[in-house]
Amino acid sequence: MSMTQHAEPAVDTPPAPGRKQSDGRTRQRPLALRLLARPEVGVFLGAVAVLVFFLFAAPPVRDGSSMANILYQSSTIGIMALPVALLMIGGEFDLSAGVAVITSALTASMLSYQLTMNVWVGVIVALLVSLAIGAFNGWLLVKTGLPSFLVTLGTFLILQGVNLAITKLVTGNVATDDISDMDGFTQAQKIFASTFTVGGVNVKITVVWWLVFAALATWVLLRTKYGNWIFAVGGNKDSARAVGVPVTFTKISLFMLVGFGAWFVGMHQLFSFNTVQSGEGVGQELIYIAAAVIGGCLLTGGYGSAIGPVFGAFMFGMVQQGIVYAGWNPDWFKAFLGVMLLGAVLINLWVQRTATRR
Amino acid sequence: MDRSSHPRSRRFAPVVAVAAAAALTLAGCSSSSGGKKSEEGAADASAGKATTPRMTVALVTHQAPGDTFWDTVRKGAEAAAAKDNIKLVYSADPNAGNQANLVQNAIDQKVDGIAVTLAKPDALKGVIGKAEKSGIPVVGLNSGLSDWKNLNLLEFFGQDESVAGEAFGKKLNEVGAKHALCVVQEQGNVGLTQRCDGVEKTFDGKLDTQNVNGTDMPSVKSTITAKLKQDPSIDYVVALGAPFALTAVQSIGDAGSKAKVATFDLNKDLIKAVKSGDIQFAVDQQPYLQGYLAVDGLWLYKNNGNYSGGGEQPVLTGPAFVDKSNVDKVGEFAAKGTR
Repeated sequence: MSMTQHAEPAVDTPPAPGRKQSDGRTRQRPLALRLLARPEVGVFLGAVAVLVFFLFAAPPVRDGSSMANILYQSSTIGIMALPVALLMIGGEFDLSAGVAVITSALTASMLSYQLTMNVWVGVIVALLVSLAIGAFNGWLLVKTGLPSFLVTLGTFLILQGVNLAITKLVTGNVATDDISDMDGFTQAQKIFASTFTVGGVNVKITVVWWLVFAALATWVLLRTKYGNWIFAVGGNKDSARAVGVPVTFTKISLFMLVGFGAWFVGMHQLFSFNTVQSGEGVGQELIYIAAAVIGGCLLTGGYGSAIGPVFGAFMFGMVQQGIVYAGWNPDWFKAFLGVMLLGAVLINLWVQRTATRR
Repeated sequence: MDRSSHPRSRRFAPVVAVAAAAALTLAGCSSSSGGKKSEEGAADASAGKATTPRMTVALVTHQAPGDTFWDTVRKGAEAAAAKDNIKLVYSADPNAGNQANLVQNAIDQKVDGIAVTLAKPDALKGVIGKAEKSGIPVVGLNSGLSDWKNLNLLEFFGQDESVAGEAFGKKLNEVGAKHALCVVQEQGNVGLTQRCDGVEKTFDGKLDTQNVNGTDMPSVKSTITAKLKQDPSIDYVVALGAPFALTAVQSIGDAGSKAKVATFDLNKDLIKAVKSGDIQFAVDQQPYLQGYLAVDGLWLYKNNGNYSGGGEQPVLTGPAFVDKSNVDKVGEFAAKGTR
């Protein structure tokens, strides 16, 4: 993928302010190309292509309720893909994001059940635990200077083990107990896992949360000082520090944001399925990262958007469910998924190349 | 594992949890329904303890981490071990090569007996031969019904997945299913594939397979929903594990489908669903019994020279069906996680 941000050549004489005409070093490029060079446009076109393809290939997709189902699948990936994308723009990534979701759900479930508490107690403690895991990841990274791949790989394995062992220790089983008859459950379910009807179609609340979070993330990234810091620490940590960006704070808080996302999705799973299996969540982290990368975030950091991963997650959900709606041979399911995703990324790449060619 | 490498959150979690819990209890935040308080402290079955000399038994399975079925097998094995004055060493790996290494590990520890699952008999052939050479008795359980004799195992406890599948298929014919969907939560898993194949063998109607991502419940839910929308003629969903059956019930609601759900394996939430009629029936191969009998069989062989199954026949543990007619009886035990 070619970078669209190029190092500025050292300028000896800054151009006089207010001068409108170009100094010949840059060319005013057509609007279409400038649009195409935005990180989310490639994935937007890819998502449209996939959608159109399945509208033709799989008749059930044309149904409103099928679209709601696809959006639901996309939202459970998308809510996590957002903070993961921000973290990647900040130059790090998190392999523990998948199991962290389950850690959060297990914490809330077991705490409420074992102490016979209102489930909100579990929900709040789970939030604290999730934020603490994020802070720990960030703190270890900043303290040791190890690559985030290693740090979060360690956390991933620890959490995976802790999920299994603590659940077994506390409940005597490998799944948590049913908390659906406890105080506060119905309230929490309304927030995290309810369904509402739009024009006769049942839409899951997670879809709304997903879009709300996406809007928030976009605003933070493009309109706030913190958003600039994210780009800065992802682009070049040392330069960012030199110009006064609080690098440590930014990195740790980005990991904590991922913790928040893990908590939210974890709560959705808990209130949607009443019990949690302790072995779940493994492998999901790669799907979140994939959604962010398809959404135009670079693995190297410093480049990306918050709206890109929304389309990335949508594309993932669309392909995953589209294959089923099309009734293709299920043995090839994973292979189809891989091919479609590669195709999508290639479209994305081609668009970027075309748009930034000089 | 080095304790100091645990994340800070884990060290603080209990502290934070207790502090928060204490504070909130004072604020009257406890739940008036459900939870631990409503759970009856039913004691586990205990029947004293044997006075035979201490022995060590290794149980090596192909369990994937966090699987409810294998958890029950292990509980049965532990109950027998506690009763027979046995030290039980449990280890598991879904990868056949790794499972063979674990058996080798047990041989190196010079255990007094090995109980092993034969999901991939060929991979275990060599190492089982080694165990027999070193004079360690080996029994099979759960999978390997057709191979245990060739590998010279002493005894076999269980019921092949394919036999359970065949019984399931017959039951589907009885309840008048025409078009069933087998939901596989882990593509490429031998046992799960055998279950679906067994159903297909005896089921007169049409059987489709659908792979789902078992490590992500929301994805399982939406995939089953999608499949039911794609093919409205499906009238029975065959789940291969209790948690997935419960999720399939939600999918049917989402898809507005008329399909019914039946499943392999049990857990306590599933019992509730059978009672309420959300799930029609479950086939149970009594995993607790498999673990229990395997360990007990080794003990009997060692201390009294007994061959369970006469050394010729397997000891069958299923298929036992659980439906509305007997669910109350089974429910008592499932609530403890032992059935």
